[in-house]
Amino acid sequence: MGVFGIFGFGPGGWGLAMLQGAAMTLLVSACGLMIGAAIGALVAWARLSGHRPAGAAGEAYAALFRGLPELLVIYFVYFGTSTLLTGLANLVGYEGFVGVPSFLAGSLAVGVISGSYQAEVFRAAYLAIAKGELEAAVSVGMNRVLMFRRIIAPQVLRFALPGLGNLWQVALKDSSLISVTGLTELMRVSQVGAGSTHQPFAFYLGGMALYLVMTLVSTRLFDAAEARATRGMRRVAG
Amino acid sequence: MDWTFVGATFMRLIAAVPLTLAVWALSVILGAIVAGAVAWMRVSDSKLLQMFARAYVAVFRGTPLLIQLFIIYYGLASLPAVRASIFWPFLRDAFNCGVLSLALCTAAYQSEIFRGALLAVPHAQVEAARACGMSSLLLFRRIIFPIALRHGLPAYSTEMISMVKATALVSLITLWDVLSVALKIRNDTLVTYLPLILAGAIYFAINYVIGAAFLRLERRLSPHLRARPS
Amino acid sequence: MPAETPALEVVGMRKRFGSLEVLKGISLTANDGDVISILGSSGSGKSTFLRCINLLETPDDGVVTVAGEAIKMRRRGDGRAEPADRRQVDRIRSELGMVFQSFNLWSHLTVLENLIEAPVHVQKRPRAECVEEARALLAKVGIADKWSAYPAHLSGGQQQRAAIARALAMRPKVMLFDEPTSALDPELVGEVLRVMRALAEEGRTMLVVTHEMGFARDVSTRVMFLHQGLVEAEGEPDALFSGATSERFRQFISKERG
Repeated sequence: MGVFGIFGFGPGGWGLAMLQGAAMTLLVSACGLMIGAAIGALVAWARLSGHRPAGAAGEAYAALFRGLPELLVIYFVYFGTSTLLTGLANLVGYEGFVGVPSFLAGSLAVGVISGSYQAEVFRAAYLAIAKGELEAAVSVGMNRVLMFRRIIAPQVLRFALPGLGNLWQVALKDSSLISVTGLTELMRVSQVGAGSTHQPFAFYLGGMALYLVMTLVSTRLFDAAEARATRGMRRVAG
Repeated sequence: MDWTFVGATFMRLIAAVPLTLAVWALSVILGAIVAGAVAWMRVSDSKLLQMFARAYVAVFRGTPLLIQLFIIYYGLASLPAVRASIFWPFLRDAFNCGVLSLALCTAAYQSEIFRGALLAVPHAQVEAARACGMSSLLLFRRIIFPIALRHGLPAYSTEMISMVKATALVSLITLWDVLSVALKIRNDTLVTYLPLILAGAIYFAINYVIGAAFLRLERRLSPHLRARPS
Repeated sequence: MPAETPALEVVGMRKRFGSLEVLKGISLTANDGDVISILGSSGSGKSTFLRCINLLETPDDGVVTVAGEAIKMRRRGDGRAEPADRRQVDRIRSELGMVFQSFNLWSHLTVLENLIEAPVHVQKRPRAECVEEARALLAKVGIADKWSAYPAHLSGGQQQRAAIARALAMRPKVMLFDEPTSALDPELVGEVLRVMRALAEEGRTMLVVTHEMGFARDVSTRVMFLHQGLVEAEGEPDALFSGATSERFRQFISKERG
């Protein structure tokens, strides 16, 4: 079958499978990023709180995941959660192995890694908010919840956008490592297709092209979002 | 806790460290050379070279390292043209493919670091050097390179650590690095956490040493950026 | 008696940026010991003129001659002018000492290292001799104790005095000053002007682009007033400042007085 036949959408064609793989990649990366955002916000808050033990714990978390290979973390989360779950199941009398769905393990792993970097992005974004704006909010009588909702959160989001855009791309690329758990994201589909048709070059090249499209489109979207979010702000360059 | 097992596992993992470090060192050095070429193309006058350099960086930074690795190791090996070429003896070896792939990837990141560092050199100081009659070579050697080096060190240190983490991917192309050994131990003994935790500790230690070494280098080279001595 | 070779001679210098002609034909002759102040409002081309002399900008036309040696120029394929011999340019630059508005000291080197960098690496003089001379120059400009400090740790006035010492360390034939006090806080301007006055009284050949009217009137041997790329008035300071040979110059100095 020629290259177009392989990637076509007819019977025996892998085009649809590749696109589904790409969709899965986007899905698992997005879930990972959101989990990472939750973790990152928590760790950033711990580090900014001024509470020494919380701050130290936050720093340790960030330092830990900066020093570990992503592939190792994915294996650890995948095997580890399965073992944990199996152990718990055995405790209540269930025999045999309980596997954690690879989507869950994969997005959790990506999220845990991303969270450590997102914490730094959020922390820097918060510190970038001019003290004067917070003082102004307090002096008009805003309580802390209102100040967070109307002043802090929007500004943090604005300053964090560039960093988050970068971390989204990182999440997209890290998601390819989840293929080792068998999840049928783009990398895994390329791998299966390559093995099945004995055309590894075509499949991995096609996979690369799809990843490239995803990152290029993401860059455009984030640039547009940044431009919109920072309208009215003075910037150093651009 | 079976301490002899822990010890044996640890020793087996340590035995794989030289391979991990070899892949890391060779790919970093090869990557630096390619990065120099790409950065030079990026700032050259030729629009064609500039476009090529930008495309190179976009492709290698915009796609996962794993797929780049597989294209080089599995993909190239399947092409009859490659198998018949002079490169085949080099490319049939997993170690070579691993180093090549990691090098090409880090080159994209390193070239951006080089470019940023060069752009950070204040033009005013370059002018002062030219006004003294420095030739272009002397100017680069004595002024541009030292200042750019100091600007690029923190980002370069981060990239060095990323590369150590990237070496773990060669476990997927049949090389026996620290991660593959840990996974094999897990397979053989069905002990899940211990081998992975020990492997993690080893990677962490390697990255800590590298980070600390770069920090010392940065401190030594930047007395002019610290606070005024009293 | 043979005529003395001028330290610096510029004939018919022209320079355009795109469609804007900034220098429309400026000539100048500086003999040994001349201190020439170049005045003019912004846009008059005075900084561009100075920067064309040591080819930090490339003049489109005109000849620059330093101590009798003319800088060789040629035309590129697209008609633009460029220096014909890069090594001649480097050599002549090492004979001209330039002091910049923003000091431009090299941030990764100490003050002493800044001073000996070019003498050692460009003029290839022995290090020990350069160090000794550098220390003497630092004492002369009044910052002898700052030899091991980094530029970032000095005040603006100290940095500019270090920059002047750096230019002197090259043993230049002519010194070019590009608005040396414009970037300084008012309290620091005096210390730099004092150093420049001392150099003038020593007999140094100096070209100074400046807004400091006091310096122009009291220290220079000649004043040149540029207006829109041409020499509007030129002559002895007393003649220019009191007699006011040019209406435009009168307007200019009354504006500068504020």
